[in-house]
Amino acid sequence: MFGLGKRDFTLFLLVAVLAIFAPFILNPFPTDSAMAQFNAGYPDLMQRFVIFGILAIGFNILFGLTGYLSFGHAAFLGVGSYSAVWMFKLLSMNVIPAILLSMIVSGLFAVVIGYVSLRRSGIYFSILTLAFAQMSYNLAYSVLTPITNGETGLQITLDDPRLLGVSATADGGIPVTNLFGLEMRAYETVTMGPWEFQFSVGYYVAAIIMLASFYLSIRIFRSPFGMMLRAIKSNQNRLYYTGLNAKPYTLAAFVISGMYAGLAGGLLACMDPLAGAERMQWTASGEVVLMTILGGAGTLIGPVLGAGFIKYFENIFSKINDQVVHSWVSFLPDGIEDFVVGIIHPFVGKGWHLTLGLMFMAIVIFLPGGLVEGGQRIARRLRKRDGTKTETSTTPAE
Amino acid sequence: MSKSTLSRRGLLKTGALGTAGLAVPTIFTASSARAFTNAPSGGSVTLGFNVPQTGPYADEGADELRAYELAVEHLNGGGDGGMLNTFSSKALNGVGINGHKVAYVTGDTQTKSDAARASAKSMIEKDGAIMITGGSSSGVAVAVQGLCQEAGVIFMAGLTHSNDTTGKDKKANGFRHFFNAYMSGAALAPVLAKQYGTDRKAYHLTADYTWGWTQEESIMAATEALGWETIEAVKTPLAQTDFSSYIAPVLNSGADVLILNHYGGNMVNSLTNAVQFGLREKVVNGKQFEIVVPLFSRLMARGAGESVKGILGSTNWHWSLQDEGSKAFVQSFGTKYGFPPSQAAHTCYVQTLLYADAVQRAGSFDPCAVVEALEGYEFDGLGNGPTLYRAEDHQCFKDVLVVRGKENPTSEFDLLEVVEITPRAQVEYAPDHPMFSGGALGSCNPGA
Repeated sequence: MFGLGKRDFTLFLLVAVLAIFAPFILNPFPTDSAMAQFNAGYPDLMQRFVIFGILAIGFNILFGLTGYLSFGHAAFLGVGSYSAVWMFKLLSMNVIPAILLSMIVSGLFAVVIGYVSLRRSGIYFSILTLAFAQMSYNLAYSVLTPITNGETGLQITLDDPRLLGVSATADGGIPVTNLFGLEMRAYETVTMGPWEFQFSVGYYVAAIIMLASFYLSIRIFRSPFGMMLRAIKSNQNRLYYTGLNAKPYTLAAFVISGMYAGLAGGLLACMDPLAGAERMQWTASGEVVLMTILGGAGTLIGPVLGAGFIKYFENIFSKINDQVVHSWVSFLPDGIEDFVVGIIHPFVGKGWHLTLGLMFMAIVIFLPGGLVEGGQRIARRLRKRDGTKTETSTTPAE
Repeated sequence: MSKSTLSRRGLLKTGALGTAGLAVPTIFTASSARAFTNAPSGGSVTLGFNVPQTGPYADEGADELRAYELAVEHLNGGGDGGMLNTFSSKALNGVGINGHKVAYVTGDTQTKSDAARASAKSMIEKDGAIMITGGSSSGVAVAVQGLCQEAGVIFMAGLTHSNDTTGKDKKANGFRHFFNAYMSGAALAPVLAKQYGTDRKAYHLTADYTWGWTQEESIMAATEALGWETIEAVKTPLAQTDFSSYIAPVLNSGADVLILNHYGGNMVNSLTNAVQFGLREKVVNGKQFEIVVPLFSRLMARGAGESVKGILGSTNWHWSLQDEGSKAFVQSFGTKYGFPPSQAAHTCYVQTLLYADAVQRAGSFDPCAVVEALEGYEFDGLGNGPTLYRAEDHQCFKDVLVVRGKENPTSEFDLLEVVEITPRAQVEYAPDHPMFSGGALGSCNPGA
């Protein structure tokens, strides 16, 4: 269906269902319960899940298929964000032109960077892309300040021209990013008993674009073009000896991947119209690599899972402070309580990087194929014990 | 290819279940997870404290968080009440705000605009924070202020010294108690003239972002009005840690004053470098070479150690002030944490009290009512003498301190001495002053 094989279609359907019902799935705990701390179903985080999902899907087209490890994808993310914000400043607050421009500009960027970087492969390619990304970051921070507004970040203001829109709303506020009048930040809260679910316009717009990107990525994976890219990964020399020039293929993959990143950057700006130079820093590039490896490089759904995993940690674990930990273990006697809090302390709050790092190590060591491999192992085991459902399986990641 | 058994749903469920073991049984205290509404229902109201917990300003952030915890304690009737007792407004009565117990959530800005906005967004959307406050960088303050305006909550700025925060980037929902670069210039200039004369040649090193730019502009204007000459102004990257290559050219430039428009770790490093190069022993143009640090803080003075002795600068507040408000604050902060508060802690504590008081006086958490209550509000007893929250730009006007690194500190906290308390009239400026023009408050946004 839709040109997809049966299994791919099932997978696509699954992702679609997950995306549509995310507000329910991510808010499993009643609002007033102690576990509400772990709810992730608020608009900002859900938007981040799908937007970074797009980024990781795009990265995976390059890294998963051709094996070229780009360490500079954050540059495209940042360029996409800046283009989108400029579109909001100059043209209108509609997200469509912003997204289009961010994809075009990041695509052009990718052609230039790719043309130079792809002359080398392996570690040299990674270093070249890293260098380009850091160069963009430093330019955005200093020389290009008139375009990027430096450290403060590019924001929309009341006196922007906005040729097709209005500079300020009737009541003197800054207009809101919208899709033909549908405001990105608008959302509906539905209360069901003790549960509260938030349905955000911005999230669903981003989710639909994510599904389209996911669909495109499946088609690329299954196409002859995708096969060529895999051939490059397995043995590039053999390709050359058979008389095929691999470079146009790698460049095409690089540009597609860069445009995915630009799309993600543009969407970030659509949800929150600000672009900061930090988006281009090397840590941001590293994060994409982590997402893809964590989820499972070269698989279709892996990068999306990895993106969700990392964003969940960044936003939920980092907010658990000592006060919260104390309230968890307050039933213990005083001395032991402080001891337990002392043990948990380095792993939560600002120590979330440590927890993430440990998990990353565990996954790379025990599940080289990422979260997807973990899922496959569980599925295999369950199939073996067909019918005898004795073992309660846990995700190795946790 | 992937099997579909491991879904995001499964992953998150198991993730949450895995941690459930830790969390049960629990007593639910904070985070009334009401999404984005302005009227808190139920018994508590949530404030969002968004401070740098990692990165170059982490010291300031930690101190800000201490001040916030103290303010919440006082608002809820705990502790000795601190400045509530000396505050000129007696609306607050120690049973929370408007009868709601005060709860809070914290977040890490990482001193990055993006991270700060994400953190503030999650406080507003997930934890139902009605007000966001904190931050130790003007870049972050401007970014978060913009977000709060869009989201329809009040932003009470923490430590931010750039003219732009209440200048070209001012917002109706944002308020700043801290002083700004223009005020530093206006307060410092007369003291500089008195101490170093009116015939000086200045060389600026400036942190390359909104705060550095506006401070350089302000100090340059103030000193040139005295008759000083500006030899050169050099921008340095914020991430710079070694300033030797920037200090060396100063030696042969013919300048006899070095002005360091640096803050936090930047200032500690640049000042140390300058002293190592022997700048302070030099005699240029027949005059003793001097170094000026326009924005000074005790945390920085501690970082720079010996080098700060005799260096002039300005500060918003210092714990050695002897008015009733400052004494009460130092007393309760010291009792709780064992050391005196920094200026960052002071401004954050005061901002929380001012917000709570405005809500109490307005009788409502509605941001527009709060804006109205704060605009043009005159108060006293919070450590800076009589203060005005000006309606035109939401900037506080109060006395500014000119301080000097102490020659003989008696303790590790007694590092600065107050040279002069510049009266409020001397640091005031018109709302349409060229250094502050170009922006508009817009109208207050109560959100959805």
